[in-house]
Amino acid sequence: MGVGIEVINLNAWYGTNHTLQDINLHIPANQATALIGPSGCGKSTFVRCLNRMHETNPIARVTGTVRIGDLDIYEDAKPVQIRRRVGMVFQRPNPFPTMSIYDNVASGLKLNGYTNRRVLDEIVERSLKNSALWEEVKDDLKKKSGASLSGGQQQRLCIARALAVDPEVLLMDEPASALDPVSTSKIEDLIFELKSQYTIVIVTHNMQQAARVAEKTGFFLNGRMVEFDSTHKIFTNPSDKRTEDYITGRFG
Amino acid sequence: MRSERKVWSRIRTLTDGAATGLAVLSTVLVVAPLVAIFVYLIYKGASSLSLDFFTKIPKPEGESGGGMANAIVGSAVLLAVSSAIGIPIGIGGGIFLAEFGRGTKLANAIRFTADVLNGVPSIVMGVAAYALIVSPQKSFLPFTGHFSAFSGGVALGIMMIPTVCRTTEEMLLMVPNAVREAALALGVPNWRSVLSITVKTASPGIITGCMLAFARVAGETAPLLFTALGNQFWSTSLNEPIAALPLQIYVYAISPYDDQHRLAWAGALVLIVLIVAAVALVRYVTSRGVLKGAS
Ligand SMILES: Nc1ncnc2c1ncn2[C@@H]1O[C@H](COP(=O)(O)OP(=O)(O)OP(=O)(O)O)[C@@H](O)[C@H]1O
Ligand SMILES: [Mg+2]
Repeated sequence: MGVGIEVINLNAWYGTNHTLQDINLHIPANQATALIGPSGCGKSTFVRCLNRMHETNPIARVTGTVRIGDLDIYEDAKPVQIRRRVGMVFQRPNPFPTMSIYDNVASGLKLNGYTNRRVLDEIVERSLKNSALWEEVKDDLKKKSGASLSGGQQQRLCIARALAVDPEVLLMDEPASALDPVSTSKIEDLIFELKSQYTIVIVTHNMQQAARVAEKTGFFLNGRMVEFDSTHKIFTNPSDKRTEDYITGRFG
Repeated sequence: MRSERKVWSRIRTLTDGAATGLAVLSTVLVVAPLVAIFVYLIYKGASSLSLDFFTKIPKPEGESGGGMANAIVGSAVLLAVSSAIGIPIGIGGGIFLAEFGRGTKLANAIRFTADVLNGVPSIVMGVAAYALIVSPQKSFLPFTGHFSAFSGGVALGIMMIPTVCRTTEEMLLMVPNAVREAALALGVPNWRSVLSITVKTASPGIITGCMLAFARVAGETAPLLFTALGNQFWSTSLNEPIAALPLQIYVYAISPYDDQHRLAWAGALVLIVLIVAAVALVRYVTSRGVLKGAS
């Protein structure tokens, strides 16, 4: 089951660049929440603060509170524990190039010491089915490497890999930006399916996509969250002028 | 207009031809010395190769016949010792430089030391090994304090470290950051991600680096003159002086007898073939696990 996310006064820096400023919002459980905004406004930085990936960059810094379920992720837990509960799919597909399809999906479990073959087999199959890749790869799970798949297949492989560790939250940073329309719509269908089990945060540049998959949408601009509301409201009747300018394309 | 385009197209064809020609020429120039050495070695050495060469030890000065069995085994022992020392230390150092110590003073110091060590002539290496571990009566290492196979292996092993270390570092740095992030985002601890993901992804390149270092020290003579010394008899003990192919080749090549000159050529041929065979074997064994389509 997914859990809700509470973000309170989140600030993030790269060196002296104050990338995120006073972000406050509540991301509801078992829904998809879209984040939109112009390039460089801090969307990726924001999602990386939700699984503590931001701090893997040596020049990065973060303050504020993020609560996932009732766990304060910066106070009560180690990054490693958080990242097992909060899965992430990156903008560019990044399968492990030397691993087979099977090992890619199983990697999160195997690398954390899980070895029961039968259970692994089951989880790999279920994850690949959930990410709509099973039919295309089931015959060469262990023969083909993750890098030998097409870009769209690789991205679904990465989704399967994230699902295999059974997270409660799934962060997707422009998961379809490098994909063709067919793969994109497969991934959108997938998000619809996954909502029942996970809380989903999806960054996207594609407003139709946000409108199609997300219940809530947040609009970021220059490191601040300008508006956060139901997707319908954001796209039909935004309360902030800047949001309106952005979604109607009247924006530099 | 038309004719101008024709002229241009002609020029393009010519340039293209010239570039291809240059590329072919360079390839030939690269391969030619190798082929020449090999052909010459076969011409000079093949006729002296016999079963005796691989099963007998050298005959005393002046007698003809005999073989290099002890030197072949001795080289294998020396290279096993040197690889056991040079490869783990080199790879460990490379991993530290690329993954844990990036930008630290210690890493810069190690990198600088490795580069300097790489440039130290092998004879200096030999003299230094002699002064530090062979000549002192009491040494901090086992099997040393006198000429021995082990001290030869140590000298060669130290020579392997910089090559292995720096290629490991470079290969690790070529692994895209996206791969590291993928592992971390799965909740894998950093050390585990480094060992199981980053190093594994870079392993073909790391293995190439190890093979380069191996092949380089396999032919080294100078450091062995001061450490392993050579041996006319059978010995596989780490505590005794030991024969080695390059040493035996050196001894025979400067001897006054034609028969021994021929054996030296045969030894050189065998040395090269064995190095190529070892490298090919390692490549074959390590490539079997790697999947098709992996880049
Ligand atoms: N690794 C980094 N080092 C330094 N500054 C960075 C780094 N990553 C991002 N930034 C800076 O942080 C700001 C926000 O970047 P971020 O990647 O979060 O934007 P984004 O909204 O995801 O943009 P896009 O839509 O183009 O992906 C930018 O000004 C960028 O220059
Ligand atoms: Mg981004």
